[in-house]
Amino acid sequence: MASVGKILRRTFLIGSAAIVGGVAFGAYYVSRPAANPLKPGEGETALSPFVLIDQQGVTLFAPRAEMGQGVMTTWAALIAEELDVELDQIRVLHGPAAAAYYNSALIGEGLPNKGYDISDFQHNLGEALGVLGRTLSLQVTGGSTSMRDGFERMREAGATARETLKQAAADRLGVDRSQLKTENGAVIAPDGTRIPYTELAEAAGQIEPPEVELRDPTNWRLLGQNLPRVDVVGKSTGTAEFGIDVRPEGLKFASVRINPKLGGEMKGFDASEAEQMPGVEKVVDLGNGVAVIASNTWLAIQAVEAIDVDWGDAPYPPETDAIFAEIAKAFDASPNSTMRDDGDVDTLPEGASEITAEYTVPYLAHATMEPMNATALFTGSALELWCGNQAPTLVQIRAASTANLDKEAVQIHTTYLGGGFGRRGELDFGEIATKVAMAMPGVPVQTTWSREEDMRHDYYRPGAMARMRGAVKDGQAVLIDGKVASQSCTQQAVQRYTGMPGGGPDKVLVEGFFNQPYAVTNYRMSGHIADLDIPVGFWRSVGNSHNGFFHETFMDEMAHAAGRDPLEFRLELAKAEHAPSAGCLQAVKEMSGWTGETPEGVGRGVAMTYSFGTPVAQVIEVIDEDGTTRIAKAWIACDVGLALDPGTVEAQMYGGMIYGLSAAVMGEITFADGEVEQYNFPDYDALRMHNAPVTEVKILETNRHMGGVGEPGTPPSMPALGNALFDLTGERARTLPLINQFNLLI
Amino acid sequence: MATDLKINGKQHQVDLPDDVPLLWVLRDEIGLTGTKFGCGVAACGACTVHIDGEAVRSCQVALSDVWGDVTTIEGVGTPDSMAAIQQAWVDHQVAQCGYCQSGQIMQAAALLAENPAPSDEDIDDAMQGNLCRCGTYPRIRAAIHDAASKLKEA
Repeated sequence: MASVGKILRRTFLIGSAAIVGGVAFGAYYVSRPAANPLKPGEGETALSPFVLIDQQGVTLFAPRAEMGQGVMTTWAALIAEELDVELDQIRVLHGPAAAAYYNSALIGEGLPNKGYDISDFQHNLGEALGVLGRTLSLQVTGGSTSMRDGFERMREAGATARETLKQAAADRLGVDRSQLKTENGAVIAPDGTRIPYTELAEAAGQIEPPEVELRDPTNWRLLGQNLPRVDVVGKSTGTAEFGIDVRPEGLKFASVRINPKLGGEMKGFDASEAEQMPGVEKVVDLGNGVAVIASNTWLAIQAVEAIDVDWGDAPYPPETDAIFAEIAKAFDASPNSTMRDDGDVDTLPEGASEITAEYTVPYLAHATMEPMNATALFTGSALELWCGNQAPTLVQIRAASTANLDKEAVQIHTTYLGGGFGRRGELDFGEIATKVAMAMPGVPVQTTWSREEDMRHDYYRPGAMARMRGAVKDGQAVLIDGKVASQSCTQQAVQRYTGMPGGGPDKVLVEGFFNQPYAVTNYRMSGHIADLDIPVGFWRSVGNSHNGFFHETFMDEMAHAAGRDPLEFRLELAKAEHAPSAGCLQAVKEMSGWTGETPEGVGRGVAMTYSFGTPVAQVIEVIDEDGTTRIAKAWIACDVGLALDPGTVEAQMYGGMIYGLSAAVMGEITFADGEVEQYNFPDYDALRMHNAPVTEVKILETNRHMGGVGEPGTPPSMPALGNALFDLTGERARTLPLINQFNLLI
Repeated sequence: MATDLKINGKQHQVDLPDDVPLLWVLRDEIGLTGTKFGCGVAACGACTVHIDGEAVRSCQVALSDVWGDVTTIEGVGTPDSMAAIQQAWVDHQVAQCGYCQSGQIMQAAALLAENPAPSDEDIDDAMQGNLCRCGTYPRIRAAIHDAASKLKEA
């Protein structure tokens, strides 16, 4: 496999190409019916393939970041399903940064429709627009899009490869291709002789790939099953390589401190003490911070903390209260978007009673288990960068501009990610590692952030507020008028990634708000952008992470105002709008044995959020134990349309829920003197073994289009818990985290 | 001054200042990267190793204070020869991002060595120092129960 690196540095592959001793296959489907516009020239062979076969074996490329969501396994299974190989006999690699690995589903997600209501035409439009992802170099893992993106293309890549290999065997045997079968990495001749793919690879490289029909799902043998994850043995034996584990020859270790007044300048520093500390090799001036290169990470951390730095002020109000006052001010300006405006919300229907509520949720850190880090080797004319990341092509572009190199001179190695949750879609850790390595050319340097540096230099989930007004009449919701205000992650990210200001209606700010599948006649939902310079970014489920809480807490308040059971109230509204969403509510009703009544000392809450194409309903049960409230049980039902790996879907559903519950119970980033006040896990903890609920997950498959699974489990968890606490105590949770209001077990 | 350490049955001489935590000796000096850095303040358990069989947070044990033989995740079993606890982790498909799992397994192994049939409450008590941001707790619990019953049969 020594040839892989060389092959992968080229650009693009559609169809097949010969390589030394083998063949590489790209995704043919993308270009059909047009001819391959990028046919390799003489001596220019394969480029960024999804399937590579040579004498050493079969390698599949899953160029989506494996951050725990199981994408590597399911992506490989899409190819293996058609290629007829077994996952335990092949190699699965992340592959390099390459335009060919663009995400086609991410842009479709940006269309201004609600998602659940889209027609087949719009669905196809989304898929077609997705090809734009290629031109924008969007090799991004995010938006719960990987399976929607890879579903057609990767089966096509596998099928094309299989039929080409069969053609090579047919030519060799002098029989027709239709007489051959494939099984477990080999073509089977009519007489039962097995010819391994590895023996056919070289000949296959000379054959034009045939047009191929995809197999009927009823014949699938891998997809739809619980497959053993390809990364599970490595992750159970300490042998899986994360960014922080990369150990190139001669490696030095660095740590960093950037201005904790985020975005502020560095006026000066005194490193004289640090320079004398053991193991220290170099102090690096990063402009807005300092780094120390040493012989050991811990020695580097000690030394960098010993540097006396004079920091400039932050470009935002220094205290939390003043920040939220700015957010509240955004309500006074005209909205950035009003993506739902049905009926007439300005007139209260006759005989209806009006209710209002205001909600507030805090800034949140991602707090991945693996602190931010990257390893770089700068030679003067080239750069190698190793890191777990969600956007290798963007990391490559940023690192190239930092090192003043052409993009082609920068090689990105994507390792496993010790948690992503959106944090590793950012480019700062790669940029900082590049700058540090540039101070020591020819030497690989790993720059690891302390936990404190990581927690205090995040792109935070923005703090957000909502003002809700609604009306009920005869036990039914007749009006919802909602406004949400927060900073715009999207506009800020566009600015960060492209250098150009983001503009226009921000759909992400109002996702989970305007597009909820409830039939309410008078329904208007607006988004207001708060103008603040706190770094904000994409936190698992993004806008849905606050809007799910706002919308579904208010639905509960409306149900109670209407004198209705909160589950039945939702079920009635969902039935009339989107059957799969109603199906999820019905499922959690049955799973939990929901009666609307709970015994003394027990509370139950329900919530449902439609996000990333998948409706998820959750029922949470809380128990009072001598004055302390424990989250005892959870029931989750999701409708993903098609569950490619039910075991992985289940894991993402309860994992996403626990991520959300952790934030709901105790997640809070606050500011004082312009600095984040939380340093480490004792100040910003999460649910653990003893306080995570016993959980049951049900996966439904009635949805017309396949939905995402990595994020939709998060949004409904927070309101479901708040609603359960209301059921237990009669106190309504309108502000997160709940630990400030309730005595929860931590 | 060089310090002698026995790690996974193998003798090592380490030339680092006395106050360097065992975690960073293992990772940056010996090259045993299976033990992870999560917080540096004993709040997450990602760096858990055994010293004379006892589960400890290696980020809090200074090199000069290492009082016995060290076992890391690499010493428990290898991909080709996994320990029962690791096999249970594989059978239950516990890992998501996987970063905390070395520490989870080391903590669970110490629990099972002391208590071969832990109750749910025992598991809560023993494992609550080990944080998992992916929320893999349900499968960790199932894997511990499964490993306990397999070890009992063996």
